Amino acid sequence: MESTIVKSINYNAYFGDNHVVKDVNMDIPRNHVIAVMGPSGCGKTTFLRGINRMHELIPGATAKGQIMLNNEDVMEMHPIFVRLKIGMVFQRPNPFPNLSIYDNVIAGYKLNGIKLPKAEKDRIVEHSLTRVALWKEVKDSLTKKGSFLSGGQQQRLCIARAVAMEPEVLLFDEPTSALDPISTSTVEELFHELKKNYTLIIVTHNMQQAARVSDRTAFFYMGELVEYDITKNMFTNPKDTRTQNYITGRFS
Amino acid sequence: MMEQSVDIKVTTRPGKDAGRVVSVKKTSTVSSNKRIRRSFRQIRTENVFRRMLVIVALCMIVLVLGIMVTLAVQSTLSFKSAGFSYLWGKTWDPVRDVFGAYPFILGTLLTSFLALIISIPFSFAVAVFLGEYYPTGWLPNLLKNTVELIAAVPSVIYGFWGLAVLVPIVRSFETSIGVEPVGIGIFTSSLILAIMIIPYAASLGRSMIHMVPSNLKEAAYSLGATRWEVIRSVIFPYTKSGLFAGVLLSLGRALGETMAVTMVIGNTSLIPKSIFSPGNTMASVIANEFTEADHPVYLSALIELGLVLFLVTVVINMVGKRMVSSFTNE
Repeated sequence: MESTIVKSINYNAYFGDNHVVKDVNMDIPRNHVIAVMGPSGCGKTTFLRGINRMHELIPGATAKGQIMLNNEDVMEMHPIFVRLKIGMVFQRPNPFPNLSIYDNVIAGYKLNGIKLPKAEKDRIVEHSLTRVALWKEVKDSLTKKGSFLSGGQQQRLCIARAVAMEPEVLLFDEPTSALDPISTSTVEELFHELKKNYTLIIVTHNMQQAARVSDRTAFFYMGELVEYDITKNMFTNPKDTRTQNYITGRFS
Repeated sequence: MMEQSVDIKVTTRPGKDAGRVVSVKKTSTVSSNKRIRRSFRQIRTENVFRRMLVIVALCMIVLVLGIMVTLAVQSTLSFKSAGFSYLWGKTWDPVRDVFGAYPFILGTLLTSFLALIISIPFSFAVAVFLGEYYPTGWLPNLLKNTVELIAAVPSVIYGFWGLAVLVPIVRSFETSIGVEPVGIGIFTSSLILAIMIIPYAASLGRSMIHMVPSNLKEAAYSLGATRWEVIRSVIFPYTKSGLFAGVLLSLGRALGETMAVTMVIGNTSLIPKSIFSPGNTMASVIANEFTEADHPVYLSALIELGLVLFLVTVVINMVGKRMVSSFTNE
């Protein structure tokens, strides 16, 4: 029996008067990969950023409804605690340019003012980099700046940085759209490994990626959650005509 | 392109009709000839323009070197009479022709650095407020314009305001902490200077902070950082060279500021005993005594003071640039 970890109940998001996410209800099961797809401007990224309350950082942005994390409403929690439990990886790799690879991985602890003994830090760095299959590549250059890595390595470093905080959920906002095909497949392989320990929600506008990596897929259109189903069903037997049109490429 | 029929005079090649000018009717593209001529003219203009740029640019260098040479030449008289002891000579007595600039060098450095220390928290706060917290809106705009206005107020007005308002306040402050209540002096000058130099560091800092990529800030927020933690760990490291450059600009301004300082520093040639004593800066000595310089050595000593001020500013700028580049190459 799979348990629900994130549950969105009538979630609405706005930019000023612009209603970009409309009444989204969605149950996200633990240790699964959920792909969120849809055409540009459909509200998928806004929904994703709503889950860890990054949405409200933009001036004029507001949200209504509930996002339950383990039956606790994140809208009632302090955003700092939400973001410690729900990590995020962005579209463009964004390691801190002034920090070494090592310091980038433990940046979350540094930022939050958590002092750790050296051995503990070493353990976290090795563990996190191993999880994102980067340890072997960088273990001899941990003191180098993160910005010296290739784009794909930087993105895995960013995933390691999020993983280091031991969150329960990891959000990915089009994590491979700035990467080359080889780096993309490396990151996609990671998703299968990461879901053993975390729940992954991935926004993508790449349907093939959604089909390849996810257990369930959600299709957003014009701010609405049109369809949400097991990925295989979604791509073989879409129930809504809009989903059908989208996956057959009739609009994008 | 406009085609038109024209008469073209052609001189024939040597041979049967050698030298005969024949008239050939030909459809030609006149505008293409015109265009070629025009482009030659453009090339000439281009060259002239480039030369003018070089000349103007060289003028700048010549101007600065000229000022330096003038200062150096005019101060030889004073240099001959005092040598390098001019720099650490503790007495400045025009009547006896003894010129030691140490009290003024000390006064300049004291007021400038004290002003810098006082102004940094304010300019940093303004920069963070406008760059990160409230970049838009009527209050931030008002604040931004007001801060920029601070730089536009003529310095004599600051001096006037300092005498009328600041001096009594400082005097009562001095009474309360038990030092001699003069009111005017190094400390008052530093306060005035601090106000005057805030805009330089603040506006540069604001634009630097504004330019921090939002994806870096979001990275920190997504890791659970608070706003202060983002400022301290992301914005500050990213902008430190820019913030430092702003501070340097402020320092340059503080070193050379003349009028306001002259009005509130007390103008004494004695070495200041504490930051509350009256003193003098290089710039204000020149402003104060230039008209009184009635013999050549006195005048030359004042000009040498100008040379020292000039060199100190140059050195501070160079040290600052070196530090900025070492920050950025780090």
